[in-house]
Amino acid sequence: MKFLRRFLIRLLNFATRQSVDQRLQEEIAEHLAFQTEENLRAGMSPAEARRQAALKLGALQAIRERHHDEQSLPFIENLLFDLRYAVRMLLRSPGFSFIAIATVALGIGATTAIYSVIDATLLHPLPYPNPAELVRVEDDLPGVGAERVGISVPEWRDLESSGIFQSASITGTGANVNLTGSAQPLRLSFKQVTPNYFAVLGVDAQLGRTFDANDATPGYNLEVVISDGLWRREFGADPHILGKTLRLDNDDYHVVGVMPRGFRDQGSTSDEQNVELWLGAGFAGVPFPPPQRDSRLRSRAVLARLKPGLSITAAQGHLDALVESLKKQYPGDYPPQTKWTIRLVPLSETVVGSVRQSLILLFGAVGLVLLISCVNVANLLLARASVRGREIAVRQALGAQKTRIIRQLLTESLLLFLLGGIAASGLLFCTQHLLLRLVPESLPHLNDISINWGVLAFALAVSVAAGTIFGLAPAWLMSRFDLIGTLRQEGRGSSGSVGRSRARQILVIGELALSLVLMVAAGLLLHSFWDLFAVQPGFNPDRVMAIQTWLPGPNDPTTDPYQTATQESVLLREILRRSRTLPGVEEAAIGDEASLPLGHTDPGRLPLIREGIETMDNQAPVIDSPIVSPEYFHLLGMPLERGRLFSDQDLEDKPQVAIINQAAARTYWPNQDPLGKRVRLHLDTRGLVSPAKPVWTTIIGVIADARTESLADVAIPLIYRSVYQRPAKDLAIFLRGQLDPGVIPAQVRQQVQSIDATLPVFHAETLDDVLSTSLSVRRFSMEMVALFAATALLLAGLGIYGTISYVVNEQRREIAIRLALGAQRGTILKMVLRRGLGLAAAGAGLGVASALIVAHLMAGLLYGVSPTDLPTFAGVTLVLTTVALAASYIPALRAMRLDPITTLHSE
Amino acid sequence: MKEKPDVLQGTLALMVLKTLDVLGPQHGYGIARRIEQISGDLLAVNQGTLYPLLLKLEHEGAIASEWGASENNRRARFYRLTAAGRKQLQAETREWEQTAAIIARFFKVKAEDLP
Repeated sequence: MKFLRRFLIRLLNFATRQSVDQRLQEEIAEHLAFQTEENLRAGMSPAEARRQAALKLGALQAIRERHHDEQSLPFIENLLFDLRYAVRMLLRSPGFSFIAIATVALGIGATTAIYSVIDATLLHPLPYPNPAELVRVEDDLPGVGAERVGISVPEWRDLESSGIFQSASITGTGANVNLTGSAQPLRLSFKQVTPNYFAVLGVDAQLGRTFDANDATPGYNLEVVISDGLWRREFGADPHILGKTLRLDNDDYHVVGVMPRGFRDQGSTSDEQNVELWLGAGFAGVPFPPPQRDSRLRSRAVLARLKPGLSITAAQGHLDALVESLKKQYPGDYPPQTKWTIRLVPLSETVVGSVRQSLILLFGAVGLVLLISCVNVANLLLARASVRGREIAVRQALGAQKTRIIRQLLTESLLLFLLGGIAASGLLFCTQHLLLRLVPESLPHLNDISINWGVLAFALAVSVAAGTIFGLAPAWLMSRFDLIGTLRQEGRGSSGSVGRSRARQILVIGELALSLVLMVAAGLLLHSFWDLFAVQPGFNPDRVMAIQTWLPGPNDPTTDPYQTATQESVLLREILRRSRTLPGVEEAAIGDEASLPLGHTDPGRLPLIREGIETMDNQAPVIDSPIVSPEYFHLLGMPLERGRLFSDQDLEDKPQVAIINQAAARTYWPNQDPLGKRVRLHLDTRGLVSPAKPVWTTIIGVIADARTESLADVAIPLIYRSVYQRPAKDLAIFLRGQLDPGVIPAQVRQQVQSIDATLPVFHAETLDDVLSTSLSVRRFSMEMVALFAATALLLAGLGIYGTISYVVNEQRREIAIRLALGAQRGTILKMVLRRGLGLAAAGAGLGVASALIVAHLMAGLLYGVSPTDLPTFAGVTLVLTTVALAASYIPALRAMRLDPITTLHSE
Repeated sequence: MKEKPDVLQGTLALMVLKTLDVLGPQHGYGIARRIEQISGDLLAVNQGTLYPLLLKLEHEGAIASEWGASENNRRARFYRLTAAGRKQLQAETREWEQTAAIIARFFKVKAEDLP
């Protein structure tokens, strides 16, 4: 309290520049008068009395200073003095100031930009209250190599009553639905959710309500909650939307609520895949299968909120116990060999887990750039120390304390870094829209990236921290002058201090090492990216376009015009026939979304039950199973290895057939001939309602492996079935030929809708685009790291240039004498270059050692290249050495051309 | 010549407060004089150092000051104790007495007294 009061009064005095000096002077005059009188009474002579009074009072000036310090804030006063002086110093050497500030701005700007990405993704992955409590619950059958097999309704009820969660909800993984009734049929992403879904997330509707947990019905409850985006886009933000009817896949749903703006479903990352409709469902009645323990649906995910204060590890422990007791209770449903387990995964992990490594790498890279730019500025500050040596020596000679000098120098460097930080923030703020375009669209939370207060605070904090750290060292070195020596030498071309020049060399070596690390990282990433890009995908994406459509799947299957494959095949054959007539089209094929190479999020996994091996769904391994039309393999250039392809005779009423890829043959029928083997793909989400008679599917062909699932994975087992035998709702129309991407989508839409006007046609892409999008995050991080590495190299080059120039400048007397004594100019050149080479060698050695560590840390991001790839390391070292030599060559040339007469005269 | 011991800032502040408590409002010279008298010239204050301290106490709210006329009719600045200052004085006096008592007891202890 007392302290605060005193501080406030002093602050006020300081601010109003009010002075009590006058009052002190008067008081002291009084004091002296009193004392003098007293002394006179004691019998002193008047002169002696005054003298003794003054002596007793003490040093007047010191008292006045202490009095002034007491009434004001000397720290801030000094700071202001230092600042004023620092500004004058910056203005006096504008070239130096500009370069230093620009370098700092570069480092801080790049770091802040990457931080803003990390801030929006890794630091704030989920826009929900208490996001740490949100988990996904995933069921695995590790015994048969099946992951995320989904959950059955009884299992969900067990989870709800387990006491581990506040609540747990089942959601579909999201699918498409047709909204008809507006001008164009629309394909929208929807999600079926149990009514407590929004309660789990902790978000309420902005208009109307979310689902009422008491509304739980076994099937759909025909209520829909819509997103703010859909509400504004399609319904003009109609305030009377509640109660209106939406016709979704030929069923009528009532709108009960509109979610707030900015609410995005769980991890949805881009607007394209964003869920815009939520349908309440119980997952236990038509059109869902009956609630049996063994009827799991892969497309079901469980999202739950943990009890407050329960850690994931503790919850996992409780869950393991629950699983054990359930296994004992229902041994028939959980055969021991499948090793059924339930796993908790933080929801944030599922959103940003895939890009975490890339982003951390980028942050590390940009951190190195920042470090290098700071080192460069520190180097510049040291270089200036030699110019300012005399000034500082004079100050010290006049009695300035060392701490005071350090404080002043530190103020100068802090000002420099702060200006750099401010310039960087301003620049970022102005160019953020431009920069955001560089970020790949597949990055989660792309739309949340912005230069907000948190980001600005980060930039400020980094500026201050960097300014303090990298200003302190030069300031300390500068304050350590040999006073007499400096004053004596200055003006005669000093040879500078040994400490300073050693410090500069260490800084340059550090810079070179850091940039080598960055260049190795960039080189390895470039190498991986190039390998991935040049990889033979096993299919031919050239001149192929994929255009998607979606057939409605009403809740009552009898109203579905495309219920059976036979019914659907009429439509598909007509679409294919008409597509082939479009200009430029040479070939056409149809497949489901899972058949879209690299373009699907949901691979459509099904349990693979091999005849004579497995008998039950939940013992079976899980396999990706696309559905395609017979032309698919030829259109994508995937060669048949054995057996035959689908023919037009493989129809619904004929024996079911399938084609597998080599990976599936190797994995599931090792050392056997898979042709003629019979399998069942059970738990098929498609056509569930039709009586699920056990129908065996015969394998008729083996297709060559293709990287249709992921470019980085060699081969994932796949089993293909014909769309004429298994109806699919999520369709992709593939076209090959001389296509005009600007025209074809509209033409296809026209043709499809002239067959059935309720079908939406959307998302037309060339496969080349799909391919490059699938690499976009990799490309982004590769390009960024390469950019940072180039920047680092440039800065390191400047650093070594500056240092060598400085060395030459310091030694010009010595060089001139050597020349005068007859030294060859070539020898001088070599001498200077050797200096540069020495620095480069030390930097490269240190850099290679650190790069080895860094490369191992980023091994997960590499593809097809070893972290210790010799060519990369050798190439990068060579580049660095070349740059270092080139940078030393200019000052070396200057040294060689030194005119000994002029130099020695001018000294 | 032996240096007279420096007066610690805190102790000096306590002396100032006590002086004002006993004598009532005083000017700077009066306070300095009084402290010198009582301490028996032992604490010959560098008298000027009193003024920054007075300013500090005033900022803290323990004392207040105003111009007035001295005994021989000269303009002088008079300092007086405020209510807050009186409370502070009481608290610090108590503390000081406690400390002194403890130290005194320590000095009294002889080796044979220890168990």
